[in-house]
Amino acid sequence: MNVLYSLIAVMVLVLVGVVAGRGDGGRAFIAVAIPYTALAVFLVGFCYRVLRWAWTPVPFRIPTTCGQQKSLPWIKANTIDNPSSGWGVVARMGLEVLAFRSLFRNNQARVDDKNRLVFGENKFLWLGAIAFHWALLIVILRHLRLLVEPIPAFVLMLQHVDGFFQITAPDLYASDVILLVALAYLLFRRLQDPLVRYISFFTDYFALFLLLGVAISGMLMRYVVRADITTVKQFALSLAAFHPVVPATLGATFLVHLLLVSTLAAYFPFSKLVHMGGVFLSPTRNLANNNRRVRHINPWNYPVKTHSYAEWEEEFRDKIKAAGIPLDTSLEADHAGKASAD
Amino acid sequence: MPEKLLQIETRPPQGDWKDPKVEFRKGVFCYSALPKNLKYLGLPNAREWQPFNADWKLPPDWKRIILDGMKERLNKYRSFRLFMDTCVRCGACADKCHFYVGSSDPKNMPVMRAELIRSVYRRYFTLTGRIFGSLAGGRELTEDVIKEWFYYFYQCTECRRCSVFCPYGIDTAEITMMGRELLNLIGCNINWVLEPAANCFRTGNHLGIQPHGFKDSIDFAADELSDIVGIPIEVPINRKGAEILFVMPSADYFGTPHYYTLLGYLALFKEIGLDYTLSAYASEGGNFGLFTSHEMMKRLNAKIYDEAKRLGVKWILGGECGHMWRVLHQYMSTMNGPADFLEAPVSPITGTVFENARSTKMVHICEFTADLIHNGKLKLDPSRNDKLKVTYHDSCNTARGMGILEEPRYIIRNVCNNFYEMPENTIREQTFCCGSGSGLGTDENLEMRLRGGFPRANAVKYVKEKHGVNLLACICAIDKATLPGLMDYWVGGVEVAGVHELLGNALVMTGGKERTTDLRGEPLVQEKEEEAVHA
Repeated sequence: MNVLYSLIAVMVLVLVGVVAGRGDGGRAFIAVAIPYTALAVFLVGFCYRVLRWAWTPVPFRIPTTCGQQKSLPWIKANTIDNPSSGWGVVARMGLEVLAFRSLFRNNQARVDDKNRLVFGENKFLWLGAIAFHWALLIVILRHLRLLVEPIPAFVLMLQHVDGFFQITAPDLYASDVILLVALAYLLFRRLQDPLVRYISFFTDYFALFLLLGVAISGMLMRYVVRADITTVKQFALSLAAFHPVVPATLGATFLVHLLLVSTLAAYFPFSKLVHMGGVFLSPTRNLANNNRRVRHINPWNYPVKTHSYAEWEEEFRDKIKAAGIPLDTSLEADHAGKASAD
Repeated sequence: MPEKLLQIETRPPQGDWKDPKVEFRKGVFCYSALPKNLKYLGLPNAREWQPFNADWKLPPDWKRIILDGMKERLNKYRSFRLFMDTCVRCGACADKCHFYVGSSDPKNMPVMRAELIRSVYRRYFTLTGRIFGSLAGGRELTEDVIKEWFYYFYQCTECRRCSVFCPYGIDTAEITMMGRELLNLIGCNINWVLEPAANCFRTGNHLGIQPHGFKDSIDFAADELSDIVGIPIEVPINRKGAEILFVMPSADYFGTPHYYTLLGYLALFKEIGLDYTLSAYASEGGNFGLFTSHEMMKRLNAKIYDEAKRLGVKWILGGECGHMWRVLHQYMSTMNGPADFLEAPVSPITGTVFENARSTKMVHICEFTADLIHNGKLKLDPSRNDKLKVTYHDSCNTARGMGILEEPRYIIRNVCNNFYEMPENTIREQTFCCGSGSGLGTDENLEMRLRGGFPRANAVKYVKEKHGVNLLACICAIDKATLPGLMDYWVGGVEVAGVHELLGNALVMTGGKERTTDLRGEPLVQEKEEEAVHA
């Protein structure tokens, strides 16, 4: 049901794009009002989410240690998976964000028919995830050629490398193919693996369908329907310059693409997609395991009711004495103290 | 023990996770905390009730209490807020949980355990959840949800294995801790956690042993050790002016096989002439506050620094324990420090400065002993452990909340000739829990403990069959209490021992007599009947 509803939701968006593109008013709405609104919602919403996390204190230093601690000098410490310094944390976070280090550890545990727990390799999730994220990043960077004039050199380079295979005209971008295949795999996995299907919500499918919609509409424009790149660039530049001019020749595919991207951007801050910012702030990953070397301060640390030694000694005085354990205050001294206080 | 061998199988999940109904079946849950323990600790809603009762006698405004409690914690802990927001339900954590592997209950997948509370968070604390409700993954907070929380947050041992695999470092232990804090606000807690906590608050230790009982136990251990090694041994208690305060989990002087680890410590301290003292007040390193709330953790932990200050020691040494070390390593100094009245720990025997404990001033016994061995200060005869084929179980908390992996292995390699590692997916940072941690080691919960302990037991079985392993070494008091039963049930023929028991066996003591038995009083050489027959 979740799958169906989310697919319908994305189809409705596509339909809105197609229908609205038929009139001038609708075109202006989708090409101007929606992208600006979406951008505003994205920027404000995402910043709010990240700042909200950042403002929330980290009362305790709770890294998940995934390797040998730094203790005695002759024991080799794992400086990345159990960092003891800031540089170690930078390396750990770098690997986490750029290479999905933790996901790379993934394996599969299964109980076989002889009641044995067996482990299998399971790197496909990592592969699918990293392929998707890197491809998406490259695709986004390539889009800079539409928004910036002159086109930055690195974008041209990227385009050149990405189109290396030159199998179609225009050149087929490897990142396009990888993005589509990776998304398809992530969707397939969600549907096919009973465990993952069980934990998948409407929102999980919605994000995937939305991204697929964006990718497919974008690729249609490049390889099939052939949007007029000059018109698109003129429009994009005008949009970027905050002087939007909507050409009457903007095709339906483009409008659908733009509407889906805008929806994605506006939806972003309200969805699980905020993990993009969250990954940097995770206290189990971004703190050094130097707990015993440097004291971590809890900003809201408050005094609590404890059972002090004096109370303990008072309660068990006779037993402590009988056992021959030294007492702090003998009763006589106590009385003397009280008398002098009086 | 369940009469029929439990069937462990991987089953695809059934039903809809949004349905909170749970069945409190005998063997898979823990009994409620007795009112006297709640009263002693000043915790709310002390009453007679049991999880299988229909009426949990919640306070009339329980819903407000829970939601206010959530709000407060969302603003106090970045971990909580972040972990509520960032999960993408990729499912990498699913088969990493020993309770999921052992029970095939889909709500034991770490992602689902978190969703139990996350769905309530969405419904009441996010815009999309308030508007779209269930479509945005939100869920109403009902009494059934509270029961479900109780069932699953007391079916997580806070072992953190899932957090190793999570791409965002989401730590289910953190979520379970929050879940339990919230449940404690309305008096839904278990006796196996709160009785030790109440005892510990009053007497200083989990078992409620009073000062004279503590002294008796220690004196008895000292006498027994004297008989084994042939040297008179005295153990100081509450001695002011000692250089080092030694704190251990109370199970070490009251439980078996922990007790032999205690003998190991005492033999070591005697041999190196350590200037130390035990404390009858700080007579517990363990801290069941960790399984109750951050506040309770702080309340129970305070005595360690207080006692170190009162006795005027220079630094603190801590015994073998898992969750105790999570608290000492990750929480103590922040909660009850700074320990500026102590000195940076220096080994009086080797002169090594424990730089890694410079601020907290508390050293793990395995760090201390590894340093002694490395500097050649101990005379060891590993052949005394020759009847043992040893494997080592990393305790969850010391592995994933500290990273003390090599120190115990270094000691074992120096005191035993036969050491075999379990498969790499089951040790070090990927170690599997005993299934009874975080206060769940009670017998009414036995079936779930055996299920949860299955992955660990299975790895031991593997090395038993491959290498003939007959001893499982560990550095955790809960492990020592619960692994023997787990081994008997799933493996058979494997004993459990602390690392310092093995050290005590191998330690050659100055002026000591020729050892004929190990610290358990059993002959050093196993009489092998088959061999005798063949000869």
